[in-house]
Amino acid sequence: MTPVDSHGLISIRRSTHSPVITMVGAAVLVGLLSAAPWIVSQSLASILMNFFILVIMATMWNLLAGYAGMVSIGQQAFVGLGAYATLYLAIKGMNPFVTIPLAAAACGIIALPITYLLFRLRGGYFSIATWVIADTAMLIIGTIALLGGGTGHLVPGLSNLSPTALTDAEYLATWIVALLVVAGTYFLLRSRVGLVLASLRDNEVAARSAGVRVTSARRMVFVIAAAGCGAAGAVLAISQPFVQPGNEFNLQWSAEMLFVSMIGGLGTIEGPILGSIVFFVLQQSLQQQGAWYLIIFGALAMAVAIWQPRGLWGAFRDRFHMELMPVGHWVRETKRPK
Amino acid sequence: MIWVNVLIQGILIGGFYALFACGLSLMFGVMKVINLAHGDIAVVAGYVAVFLAPQLHIPEVWSFIIVVPIFAVAGYLIQRTLIQKSIDRDPFTTLLVTFGFSVVIENLLLEIYTANGQSVNIGALIGDSIHVSNVIYISYISLAVLVTAVVVLAALQLFLSKSGTGRLIRAVADDREAAQLSGANYRHIFGIAAAIAFATVALAGIAYGMMTEFAPTSGGVNLLFAFESVVIGGIGSLWGTLIGGVLLGIAQQVGAHINPEYQVLAGNLLFLVILGVRPHGLFGKKTAFS
Repeated sequence: MTPVDSHGLISIRRSTHSPVITMVGAAVLVGLLSAAPWIVSQSLASILMNFFILVIMATMWNLLAGYAGMVSIGQQAFVGLGAYATLYLAIKGMNPFVTIPLAAAACGIIALPITYLLFRLRGGYFSIATWVIADTAMLIIGTIALLGGGTGHLVPGLSNLSPTALTDAEYLATWIVALLVVAGTYFLLRSRVGLVLASLRDNEVAARSAGVRVTSARRMVFVIAAAGCGAAGAVLAISQPFVQPGNEFNLQWSAEMLFVSMIGGLGTIEGPILGSIVFFVLQQSLQQQGAWYLIIFGALAMAVAIWQPRGLWGAFRDRFHMELMPVGHWVRETKRPK
Repeated sequence: MIWVNVLIQGILIGGFYALFACGLSLMFGVMKVINLAHGDIAVVAGYVAVFLAPQLHIPEVWSFIIVVPIFAVAGYLIQRTLIQKSIDRDPFTTLLVTFGFSVVIENLLLEIYTANGQSVNIGALIGDSIHVSNVIYISYISLAVLVTAVVVLAALQLFLSKSGTGRLIRAVADDREAAQLSGANYRHIFGIAAAIAFATVALAGIAYGMMTEFAPTSGGVNLLFAFESVVIGGIGSLWGTLIGGVLLGIAQQVGAHINPEYQVLAGNLLFLVILGVRPHGLFGKKTAFS
């Protein structure tokens, strides 16, 4: 049903086409991806798993930068802390799979006080400060002997499953987290919060003067993004399953999040997913060439930022006027009353 | 006495941080741009010094004589093309582009020169030091770097306050539109500021290679230290950056003295404490804060 204002002058639509098509398509896709470990080869399932981890991270980074204007290059702080939260709880005897929501919550809780420090800086200084936070978190974790210090530690509690059952369980856990993160972001952005974020993205001064609590909105986004990256870190730890500070707290995670969001299209939900597909195609085809995929991808992201800032999905959307996961509002004038 | 040594070593390394940071500070002051590839530029300068100088039959110690001008020109060109294009978009884009640039440089260096450590060969000078007492040594090279840092900062300060170009740079930094109305070509001025930033950070990169080993990933770590020095000292103050660098250096040396693992951590904690209790730094203006 299309909402209409009391005078019948305008109508507000939220979708470019019938939502039924999208829902049927989404249901088929969800069904296929849920059954993937039993349909596709093990190597493809493992690529899909890494793809989901990147989708989770990029979706969170896109929420930060594309919607709340915060360029964080320190999200690896929360990937690492999430991984280590899972490791810690697993060492304490918990089932690693059960730790995933706890790791996410822990990262959200840790992020909250950090925002009070970080939000004192803006722009580029904010960006480098997030990196300092990540560096500090890595160094602190590296001094804790229980967690393996600088050399790392194996996540315990995974050996009671058979290798096939374990791979299937890892796949499903990663897929469910990715699904929850993408769907959660979609509903968040369709809610009132999405409207607030759009207003501060489009014109912060105007939003502030209209009474939008910009800082609280930013704080909430930062905490959510930290929790999401924490969940990504938790599934990463389980899939690896050897956890090491230099690997989990690697700046490369933030680089990949940024490139993927940028190339796919900042400020859209579809963008980071599309960007992740491009990333994995490129990475798989340049597998033999060492770090070249990252060089090409980085150069591509720079070019996109300068010449096509709306990314691949933005270009596609502008051309074909359609969205798969619409979060905006289309206000249209309806027939004028006589 | 051992603590006097900790203090002296902190001051010596602090000079290096200030030299590394002054270009970062200048570019932020003038163009409101944080160049996230700033640290990687220094590392590239280190590689150019190590691999180009022998080809030109110049001793590596003197490589800065050719490398620094090359980087000044490169800085001007990169500013007029890549960075200006991003500035024309918005400040947000400059962060994305310079971060992309940083990752590209780092991985290119990794592909070309591998992850092996390199250092600028300065011959016997590396081991020489002033022997003050049996626990206090001042190495010549660290002292030379500190003196260089102070000279560069003083020259930069003098250039900005006294010369015609310096006045233009300050004018553009204060109010770009007004300066432009008075006939200043702000893009050219931006280019000059970037040239200075690239030249100083190239010098810092070579200095780093003389003091210790560097690898493709050294840029990031040093960018963090430079940034911490700037924030501790106060954004917008050149001498503040020197004090910030010295305080950071001392904090790191104290940390390292307690446990080598705490060296970087102690510096980061000092930075976070300053950010918590005095966010505009020790000598800063409040311009960089929301």
